[in-house]
Amino acid sequence: MEPAEPVARVVRHFQAELERLKTRLLEMGGTAEENVRLAVMGLVERDANLIERVGAGDAPLNALHIEIDNRCFTLLALYQPMAADLRTIVAAVKINTDLERVGDLAVNVADAARRYTSHAPPKKLVNLPKMAEIAQAMLRDALDAFVRRDVELAQHVLDEDDRLDSLKTQIFRNLLTYMLQDPSTIEPALDLILVSRHLERIGDHATNIAEDVIFIVSGRDVRHHAADGT
Amino acid sequence: MGPSGSAPESTARVGALGAASRESTPVQPGVVPPAKVVPPAKIEVEGMDFYYGTNQVLEQIDLQIQQNQVTALIGPSGCGKSTFLRSLNRMNDIIPGARVEGSVRIDGRDIYAPSVDVVDLRRRVGMVFQKSNPFPKSVFENVAYGLRVNGMARSREELRARVESSLNAAALWDEVRDRLHSSALSLSGGQQQRLCIARALAVEPEILLMDEPASALDPIATQRIEELIYQLKSRYTIVIVTHNMQQAARVSDVTAFFWLGKLIEYDRTDKIFTAPVEKLTEDYVTGRFG
Repeated sequence: MEPAEPVARVVRHFQAELERLKTRLLEMGGTAEENVRLAVMGLVERDANLIERVGAGDAPLNALHIEIDNRCFTLLALYQPMAADLRTIVAAVKINTDLERVGDLAVNVADAARRYTSHAPPKKLVNLPKMAEIAQAMLRDALDAFVRRDVELAQHVLDEDDRLDSLKTQIFRNLLTYMLQDPSTIEPALDLILVSRHLERIGDHATNIAEDVIFIVSGRDVRHHAADGT
Repeated sequence: MGPSGSAPESTARVGALGAASRESTPVQPGVVPPAKVVPPAKIEVEGMDFYYGTNQVLEQIDLQIQQNQVTALIGPSGCGKSTFLRSLNRMNDIIPGARVEGSVRIDGRDIYAPSVDVVDLRRRVGMVFQKSNPFPKSVFENVAYGLRVNGMARSREELRARVESSLNAAALWDEVRDRLHSSALSLSGGQQQRLCIARALAVEPEILLMDEPASALDPIATQRIEELIYQLKSRYTIVIVTHNMQQAARVSDVTAFFWLGKLIEYDRTDKIFTAPVEKLTEDYVTGRFG
C-alpha cells in the first residue's frame, strides 16, 4: 500500500473564521504596540500631544478585547476544534488578555509621562529609551512569531527578557543616587521608576505571547520551565 | 498463522502510554525507588497484516491494549479500523478470503492458534454493532439466550438474576423491568442498543468490542451509551470504533489513529486531541482531510 498525501486541504468555513480571529488579534497587537510607542515618545520628547493620544487609543483596544473573546467562545462552542486549532484558540484567549494589559500599561506610562513632564528633567534619559526600544521590539517580534508560526523568533523574545530586567535594575540604581543627592528629583525620578516597571511588565506580556506561540506551533508548554521537567 | 521470526519494525508513532508509570519522581539520596509495575497488556497485536484475498487492508500493526481501559480506534472510512476491531474476536473468519498474518494475543495466548475454540473466544470478547440487532424475541429472552446456549445458568432463579444484573450493568433495568416479556423490537433505538450491550455482557466477557455503537442514536441516547462505557471500563476492557471524534475524545483513555491500513499514531487520548506528534494525525483530527 502506497502512503499517499492527504488530498488538498479544504478551506472550510471554520478555517476562514480562524483566519479572521488571527487578523483581529493582530490588529489589537498593532494598536497596543502603537500606544506604547506614543506614550514612550511623548515621555522622551516631552510632547503633551503624543501623551494625550494614548488615552484615546485605549477604547478601541477594550472593544477588540471583548470582540476577540467572543469570537473564541463562539469558535469553541460551534466547532469543537482539536489539536493545532484548539491550541490556537486557547492561546488566542490568553494573547488577547496580554494585549489588553499592554494597552493598560501604555496608559499608565502616559499618566506617568504627564506628571513627569510637569517637572524639570532630573537627567538625560538614556536607559529608559533603550528599555522602551527592547520592550516594543519584543512585542513586535512576539506578534510576528505568531503570524509566521516562528518558534525561533519566539525563543528570541524569551531571551530578550533578561536584558529588560537588568536595565530596569540599572535605572533604579541610577535614579536612587539622584534622589539621595537632591530630594527635588524624587517626584520625577519615581515616575521614571514607575515607567521602567511598566516597560518591564510589557516585556513580560510579550514573553507570555511568545510562550503561547511555541505552544501553538509545537504543543510544548515552556512556561515556568515546564519543558525541563518532562 | 503468519511467519514467525524477527518482530517487524512498527511504522506507528507510539506515544508515552502508561507515562504515569515512567514519570520521574524525586529520588532521595540513598533511597532506591521501588520498581514501577507495568501490567501486561490485555491484548497484544504484533506485526499484524490483514488481507481480503489479495487486497491488503492492514499492514504491520503493532498495538498493545491495556486492561480496564477504553481504546478508541479512529480514522477515515476504509482505513482498516473496523477490520482491526473484528480481528480481535475473529469475526472476519466468516469472510471468504480473509487472512491474518502476525500475532494477536489475549492474555498472552494467540487467538489464531489452531487449538482456539472460536465460540469461547467470542464469549470472552463480546461485540456490539453499529446497528442494534436484537433478536425478534422478548427483552428477557434476548439476554437469556447467550446464558442458555453457554449453559451459564443452572436454575430459573439464577437465569433471572443474571438477566437482571446484565440489564442493570447496561443501565437498562429500570426502563424495562415492567416489560421484560414485551418484544425487544418495541424498545427505542437507544434502548435496543443498550439491550445488545446487556446481551453481550450476560455471558461475562472480558473484552467488549464496539463498532460505532452510538452512530444511529440521538444525542441523549448517545450520552447514555457514553456514560455506560465509562462505567463499564472498571470491569471490562473496551475497544471502540467511532467516526465521531468528539466521542472518541470523551469516552476513551487511549486513541489509535489508522490511515490507509496503517497505525499512524497511538497515544493517550488527551495527547492525540491536543498535541499529536504526527502531521497526518493532526490533519485528521483538525478536519483537514478532504
